[in-house]
Amino acid sequence: MGTYLGLLQRRHADTLIQRLRGAGYHVLGPVVQDGTIRYAPVDGFDRLPAGWVEQQAPGHYRLQKRDSPRCFSWTLGPQGLKPLTFAPEEPLWTVERRHGHGLEFHSHFPETKKQAVLGVRACDLAALALQDRHFLGGPHPDERYRRRREGLLLIAVHCHRAAPTCFCASTGDGPRAHHGFDLALSELDEGYLVEAGSEAGHALAAALPLIPPQPGQQARAEREIRHAGEAQERRLPGRDLMTALRARRDAAHWEEIGRRCLACGNCTSVCPTCFCHCHQERPHPTEDRSSHYRQWDSCFTSGHSYIHGIVIREDTALRYRQWLSHKLGEWHAQYGRSGCVGCGRCITWCPVGIDLTHETAALLAAPPDDSEACDA
Amino acid sequence: MEPRKLRVAVHKFASCDGCQLAFLNAGEALLALSERVDFVHFAELGPMDPEAEVDVAFIEGSVCTREEGDRLQRIRARSRFLISLGACATAGGLQALRNLADGEAWLNEIYPRREYLDALATATPLSEEVTVDLAIWGCPVNGEQVFQVIAELERGLTPRLPDDPLCLECKRRGAVCTLVTQGRPCLGPVTRGGCGALCPRFGRDCYGCFGPSEHPNTEALGRRFEGLGLIDAAIARRFLFINSAAPAFREAGLRWGGRPACP
Ligand code: SF4
Ligand code: SF4
Ligand code: SF4
Ligand code: SF4
Repeated sequence: MGTYLGLLQRRHADTLIQRLRGAGYHVLGPVVQDGTIRYAPVDGFDRLPAGWVEQQAPGHYRLQKRDSPRCFSWTLGPQGLKPLTFAPEEPLWTVERRHGHGLEFHSHFPETKKQAVLGVRACDLAALALQDRHFLGGPHPDERYRRRREGLLLIAVHCHRAAPTCFCASTGDGPRAHHGFDLALSELDEGYLVEAGSEAGHALAAALPLIPPQPGQQARAEREIRHAGEAQERRLPGRDLMTALRARRDAAHWEEIGRRCLACGNCTSVCPTCFCHCHQERPHPTEDRSSHYRQWDSCFTSGHSYIHGIVIREDTALRYRQWLSHKLGEWHAQYGRSGCVGCGRCITWCPVGIDLTHETAALLAAPPDDSEACDA
Repeated sequence: MEPRKLRVAVHKFASCDGCQLAFLNAGEALLALSERVDFVHFAELGPMDPEAEVDVAFIEGSVCTREEGDRLQRIRARSRFLISLGACATAGGLQALRNLADGEAWLNEIYPRREYLDALATATPLSEEVTVDLAIWGCPVNGEQVFQVIAELERGLTPRLPDDPLCLECKRRGAVCTLVTQGRPCLGPVTRGGCGALCPRFGRDCYGCFGPSEHPNTEALGRRFEGLGLIDAAIARRFLFINSAAPAFREAGLRWGGRPACP
């Protein structure tokens, strides 16, 4: 249970956005756009999706409007924070021929922008922590990621409603946000219970017209959040599946998935923890310079396993095996936890509705391989 | 000594001319490009020398007459690097729908005097007649890809265009999935990227004009279309629309009992 600093009444909610703008932040908040909910610039709560909820199912997403003042009853849109920190495509450098003076390289770096994101979910914060670890944790931190990340101020919203595709309770990453936010909100009809998670968050809260919560309000919020976790229909069969998956490298079920999977990469693109990228050189058609780009890649492309003339993972079964065994298995060796935060996006946004929780259960239902693959 | 400029020809076969516009629409960039390469034959631009020896020949259109078949052989013999430009040249285009019907019967029915026509009963992609060094897909092609290819050839590189499924590009561009949010029969999962997810960015399902991706699972996607409520003939038409002579799409169209789009 969180430490609530007070209640921001609904009629004063706009002060939050005003304070953020006053402090020099661009404010991104959820808006209804193109049949879904996405983060876009907002200047007031009237832009937020009051009453909107989404229906999610494997390969299916539809919005519905209800009669409710709540702006955060929807659960997730197609993307979390990933596009804000790990750009889908960006130039890294340009090389130019200086006639008679060799080559000249220029690096491209994004400017750090002060951006506040309103309505971030627990699973996406957990995913951000993993991406921080990946991009910033090693001896060679990614400068482009760092610059984008540094400017972010995060306002979480605990989930009071989970989608049928959510399983954050089983991965331990939601529905309540525990870390990684500056400010966190619990939404009730009458307003928002506010918690702070950082110095910046405390400073922001101090500038809001908070009133002490009424008796029962906190308990109501806690009950709703707990219920959002308990109501989840999906789960993974365990937190650490590395050994179990290693022992099923030759399971026949991979082939069965390979017949259904399109190798389209939607799952990896919407997954808030996936970080694979590829590089491209783009010569300028009419000038003596060429730019080098990085863009999101996926373990479902042939390029991902292309090494010196051969594609190692030629068929889809092997590509799916790579995705699932890395995400739920090998991540433990690499990052000390699973790469899945239970957001369910890969289930919803898979055009053919492949559900990793079902596939994992089916794989684990099969006996382990008798080969020695298990100790690899 | 100034290095010799790349000699380029742009030829036209049976097609709508839309792909050649990729050059003309570039405007000033085309002027800048013609400083670096020699367009020795390009009727729409002005220069005419169809029999010239060239480094790079772009051919728009499919082979629909005997004369085109002969001309294709002559171009191949005089070109170091031959590129099929667009859906017609690469996979037959719309006109290849007649390959799935009795093309000869159509010609007899439609034209009063069949013998005045030098028209074949089929429309054939270039690669079925000669070696094609590179295919640029699309109906029409993406001008940026065309310029990219010339830029690479001009620098002595072997151009390579992406063949990953369009969905990846769709997600990178931040488009919202039309299949998942609207139940539309989007061909993006089996179509190669390159267009920048043009259709999904306008809320429309991809109809596959860039041809099959590297690893197209048309069977699973077709079954998904059945689940969306499409009848077999509608599924067949999706696959056979623009690139019916591309083997993966042709096979998929025939699997769902495909016949040409209209009688
Ligand atoms: S694997 Fe799927 S459910 Fe897990 S974090 Fe990625 S998108 Fe979400
Ligand atoms: S699991 Fe689904 S989203 Fe992922 S590659 Fe396969 S078909 Fe595409
Ligand atoms: S709209 Fe089409 S191309 Fe885009 S993700 Fe969906 S299925 Fe793929
Ligand atoms: S989305 Fe599909 S149909 Fe539309 S331009 Fe791209 S490849 Fe062609």
